[in-house]
Amino acid sequence: MKYYCGIDIGASTAKLVIIDPAGKIVGKSLQRSGIDYAKTAAELLSSVCARESIDRALIVRSLATGYGRDNVPWSTGKMTEIACHGKGAYFHFQKRMTVIDIGAQDSKVIHLDDAGKRESFKMNRKCAAGTGAFIEEIANRLALDISELNALAESSDHDASLGSFCTVFAATEVLEKIRAGVKVGDIVREAFNSVVKRVVEMDRIDGMLVTTGGVVAHNPFLAKLLGESFNTEAHIPPDAQYTGAFGAALFAREQVNSKSPK
Amino acid sequence: MASIELKNFEASKKMKGLMGQYFTELMGPEAKEKKIAWCTSVGPAELLRALGFEVYFPENHGAMLGATRMATDLIPLANARGFSPDICSYLTSDIGSYLKGESPFNKMGLSGPPKADVLVFNTNQCRDVKDWFQFYARQWDVPCIGLHTPRSIGDVDENIVKFVAKQIEELVEPLEKIGGNKLDMDKLKEVINLSRKCTQLWKAVLETAANSPSPITFFDETIQMGPAVVLRGRQDAIDYYEILLAELKQRLADGVGAVEGENYRIYWEGMPIWGKLKNLALQFAELQTAVVASTYCNSWIFDTLDPDKPFEGMARAYSELYICRSDEPKEAYMERMIERYNIDGVLYHNAKTCPNNSNSRYDMPQRLNAKTDIPFVIIDGDLNDLRLYSEEQTRTNIEAFCEQLSQA
Repeated sequence: MKYYCGIDIGASTAKLVIIDPAGKIVGKSLQRSGIDYAKTAAELLSSVCARESIDRALIVRSLATGYGRDNVPWSTGKMTEIACHGKGAYFHFQKRMTVIDIGAQDSKVIHLDDAGKRESFKMNRKCAAGTGAFIEEIANRLALDISELNALAESSDHDASLGSFCTVFAATEVLEKIRAGVKVGDIVREAFNSVVKRVVEMDRIDGMLVTTGGVVAHNPFLAKLLGESFNTEAHIPPDAQYTGAFGAALFAREQVNSKSPK
Repeated sequence: MASIELKNFEASKKMKGLMGQYFTELMGPEAKEKKIAWCTSVGPAELLRALGFEVYFPENHGAMLGATRMATDLIPLANARGFSPDICSYLTSDIGSYLKGESPFNKMGLSGPPKADVLVFNTNQCRDVKDWFQFYARQWDVPCIGLHTPRSIGDVDENIVKFVAKQIEELVEPLEKIGGNKLDMDKLKEVINLSRKCTQLWKAVLETAANSPSPITFFDETIQMGPAVVLRGRQDAIDYYEILLAELKQRLADGVGAVEGENYRIYWEGMPIWGKLKNLALQFAELQTAVVASTYCNSWIFDTLDPDKPFEGMARAYSELYICRSDEPKEAYMERMIERYNIDGVLYHNAKTCPNNSNSRYDMPQRLNAKTDIPFVIIDGDLNDLRLYSEEQTRTNIEAFCEQLSQA
């Protein structure tokens, strides 16, 4: 059995996926990206191989993506996270789509045609509004664990949003709301709506809407709100936080296959 | 890919000497006897030279402050003085440099930008150039005069040409008084003729990039354009571009591309990011992608300068510029350039502090894409203020864009 590996070292979390020739995930893991990307990458690879009893020598190609894509010494290639999220999302739905990846530090809108070819893309401007970092900041202000946010937002029917573009100013708005005695669930929903607004104003969508990344993987209610804003349903692929790493593994497989004699 | 190296031009050594000589003329010991006129980069330099002024272009200093990355430390000084971080970062870098008394010229053994006897602006670019010059006029109690060229011009018709030409003529009398020389029309014609020759050679230099592989990139051109900006109207600029053009023709004859294995060809719309020129040049070289054309470097081509109609020719040349035109002629220009240079993709630099030279803000990329089917990418940054630039986001955007081109 041959295997293919994809590793996505993001601004916050590093994700690693190993797939078989059919594209089935046979091993995956994640951990904080930390301050030594090469070490993080090595730890992830060792832990997944050990846990799933995969012989590293059978991994025929590895591809790195994400902010740390240049810091994985053992990877045999690299692609941007824009390419990899598109690839990973398309694998599951195989139709014209717009992929919205909400990551820790940036958001991306990726337009794919019926064949999965990228037509265009857009990254958010260099501001944390509309990203996971914004959600983390709000959770921090509310002294909540990130894992509590989805249920709290879902419990609210208060359909407002924080007004400011700026994460710091938005956090100040949160303080005002705490002082005014607004329910925590309502504040969290406002923060979710704020992320949704920042994403909606980035670009249009074409075809099916697919959302990827850690933010929607842990907060499917945010994806639902995003879909409602675009008057469509937001689809979340399996293992949405791993979509970039999975796409990288698919590229690794494709590269090996394209080099093999016919 | 650490082995990638940028290809230098032999001619560059001569350019360094030429620019050094020009700066010494302006700031060296002999400059004390001369009358100095500051001029905006697309201001009436020919008139100033014909009247015997030594002409200094502070935008060139602005670009030097950006390229040396001194700007980011100096801009806050101007901000604190009352010049917003949102306005032209050439202005804020330069005024910050003045306030601190530090300049890249110091490393050349020169004291710094020369004090002006007169500051002459042209608002064809923006209002900021006038505000910039007025600061120094107040500091030194010297006159600040200039041309109020309209902006967002559609067709450059006779009314506009007459309006601007009259303003240029009206500069003559005050400039004669300040400089102490009467305007000699034959001298003006001679300077305009030299300026036109320089512009024609600069155009020929840029047009070598229409070949594949291109012998020169946008990043080379931003450096090579120095003489076309600051020495136009002088014979030494012409001599320099003849040498550079010969080297480019040799590269073409030898099939030498500026980017090894050129696969894709990009148009750069907007200002350079001066502090990141080398990083970006290397990244594009690694991606085997050549940035072959730009609005910016083509902005110093003044086809309609006319020695026989000195004032009208200057008025037309300085009002035809891309930067002071409305979106219709800008789009038509871009379409011609995309065709001429066989462009695969357009990169728009949205420079935070330069709205007048950022053309991604009014839907132009989307309109041009619909017309030409050429993809685009927008990067957010700035000409000088690196506080407004995200290295990683820019790198990823460019890399992803080249990935997209490779699918086509």
